[in-house]
Amino acid sequence: MSRPLTLSEKIIARASGRSELRPGEIVTCAVDLAMMHDSGGPRRVKPYLERLAAPVWDASKVVIVTDHFVPPADVDSAEILALTRRWARDNDVQQFFDMQGICHVVVQERGLLLPGMLAVGGDSHSPSGGAVGAFMVGIGATEMAGVLVTGEIWLRVPETYLIRWSGTLGAAPSAKDIMLFLCAHVGMSNDFKVMQYAGETIRDLSMMERLVLCNMSAELGAKTGIIAADEKTLAAIRESGRVISQDLLQWQSDPDADYAKRFEFDAGGLAPQVAAPHSPANSSAVDNHGSVRIDQAYIGACTGAKLSDLHMAAAVLQGNKVAPGVRLLVAPASADTMRNAATDGTLATLTAAGAILLPSGCGACAGYGAGVLADDEVCIASTARNFKGRMGSAKAAVYLASPYTVAASAIRGLVSDPREFVH
Amino acid sequence: MIRGRAWVFGDNIDTDLLAPGHAMRKPLEELALHCLEAVRPEFAREVQRGDVVVAGVGFGMGSSREQAAQALRHLGVSVVIAQSVARIFYRNAFNLGLPVLVSSDANTIVDGDVLEVDLAAGRALNITAGKLCTGEPVPDFLLSIVADGGLIPHLHKRLHGGAPAA
Repeated sequence: MSRPLTLSEKIIARASGRSELRPGEIVTCAVDLAMMHDSGGPRRVKPYLERLAAPVWDASKVVIVTDHFVPPADVDSAEILALTRRWARDNDVQQFFDMQGICHVVVQERGLLLPGMLAVGGDSHSPSGGAVGAFMVGIGATEMAGVLVTGEIWLRVPETYLIRWSGTLGAAPSAKDIMLFLCAHVGMSNDFKVMQYAGETIRDLSMMERLVLCNMSAELGAKTGIIAADEKTLAAIRESGRVISQDLLQWQSDPDADYAKRFEFDAGGLAPQVAAPHSPANSSAVDNHGSVRIDQAYIGACTGAKLSDLHMAAAVLQGNKVAPGVRLLVAPASADTMRNAATDGTLATLTAAGAILLPSGCGACAGYGAGVLADDEVCIASTARNFKGRMGSAKAAVYLASPYTVAASAIRGLVSDPREFVH
Repeated sequence: MIRGRAWVFGDNIDTDLLAPGHAMRKPLEELALHCLEAVRPEFAREVQRGDVVVAGVGFGMGSSREQAAQALRHLGVSVVIAQSVARIFYRNAFNLGLPVLVSSDANTIVDGDVLEVDLAAGRALNITAGKLCTGEPVPDFLLSIVADGGLIPHLHKRLHGGAPAA
C-alpha cells in the first residue's frame, strides 16, 4: 500500500515522474507553465540566456505579461517595455499580454492554468495560481532563466498545512479579512510549507476570492497556497473559452493524506481586519484602529482590485462621497476588470463617489506606479503588503484592509468599519 | 572557508529594504547604493568586500526580485547568516553565487564581530567572541552552484562542458 498523498505531493509526484515521495526529498520537476512579467522577465533573463547560448525549451509553455512598468512614466520604463515586446516576438512567445492587467489575474482570466499543473512565476505572488488547484511557486530571474533553458526546476517536497474554515462570512468580511487574520494568527514564518485551504467557507467563495487566499499565502511565508478544484473551478476555466475535461477533478488530496498541521477556524465571528504599519502580521479587528486619519485610500493590485473587489468598494460607496481632503485611487487589476466594471455600472458608482481611476497594473502597490506616498502620509490599501517604504516614502504609513474597509475609510476619512454601509 | 566582519540587522529585513521599488528601474550599480538605506543609510557606502550580513528571522521576505540578493553581492557581501530566510531569497542568493547560512545562533553575533563561516559544516566561528554558531549544513549541490559562481555558469558547464565567456 503506497503512502497517501496531499494534492501538492500528487502534483509534484506527477511532474517528477515519481510514484512515491516524502516531504524533505529534493526532486526535479518538469514545468508545465512559466510566467514572467516586465520587471523580472525578459530584461533580466535575456542576458542570462545569451550567456548560456541556449534557446527557450518550449515557447508554448511561456507566458509574458507586462504589468509593473505600465504605462511607462519615464524613458527607463518605456525601454524595459520595448525590450519585453521585442523578446516576446523574437522568441515566438504567443501568450504575450501587453498591458492587459496584472499577471496573476490575467493567467486565470485566460484559463491558462489548470488543476494539477506545476507552474512557476517570476513574482512572489505566484502562489495565486493555487486558486485553480495548480501547484505554482514564485522564483527569481536567474532561476527563471534556468527553467527557460531546461524546462525543469528542483524542488524540496514541502509539508502541507490544512487550513479549514467553516461557517458563513458576515456581510462585510471577505477573503482579504481571512488572510489578514491568518497573518496575525498563523504568522508570516511558515517557510517552505504549502497552505491548503478547505471547508465550507472556502467552497462558498468565488474564484476571484479564492485567488486572494492563495495570493496572500506569500505573506504567510509559505512556498505556495492551493485549493482543490471543484465544479466552480472548472466553470471559471470554461468561461475563458478553454475546453477541458471533467477528469481534472481527480486532482484532490487522498482522504487519509498526511498534513503536517491542521488548523480550524470559524468564519461566522470574523470581524473586518486591518493591518497596521509595517507588516501584514499587525492585523486585528477594525475597531482597534478607529482614530487613524488617512490621506489616501488605494484600491489596487492582484490582491485587491479584481471585479469582485470593485464590487465590494461600490457596495459601500453607492450614494456616498469620499471625505474632503482624502483621495481615493482605484487601479483595476486587469483590462477585463476595467471593461466589465464599465459595462455593469461599477465604475460609474465609484467615480460618482469621487474615486480617481488609474490604469490597470501593479501600480503603487510595489512603489513602481502612480499613487505613491510622501513623507508622513497615511494610506489604507487593499494590497497585500505594507512593508516600510514599499509604497513610496519610508516615512509613510500604510494600513491594509479589504476593499469594503478601504471604501468605508475613504468616506469617513478615518480607518472605518464597513459594516455600517453594507447590510 | 569565508572570513569577514559582521553587519548585524534585526528581524524581517524584507526585499523592499534590500532593493527599494523606486530604484528598481535603475541599473544594479545604482540600485545597490539604496540597499538597506531605510534601516541603515551608511551600509551601502561603508560595507567592505568580504563583510557578512547577519540578521534575525524572515530575512529576504517579500518580493521575488533577485536584485535583493544581487545588490548585497555587488556590494561585496560574502555570505548572509540569518535565523530564518525567505524561500525565494534563499534560492535567488545561491543562484547568484551568494551563499546563505541558516543558524538560530545568529542572534549571538554583534556588529563588527569577525566570523569564519564553514558552509558545508553549517557553522560559523565568531572569532571576536570566541563562540560557535551552528546551523544547517548547505547541501552539496547548492555548494557546487556557488563554487561555479552561480546557476548560470553552473548550467553553462552542464550544457557546454565549461564556463561561459564573461
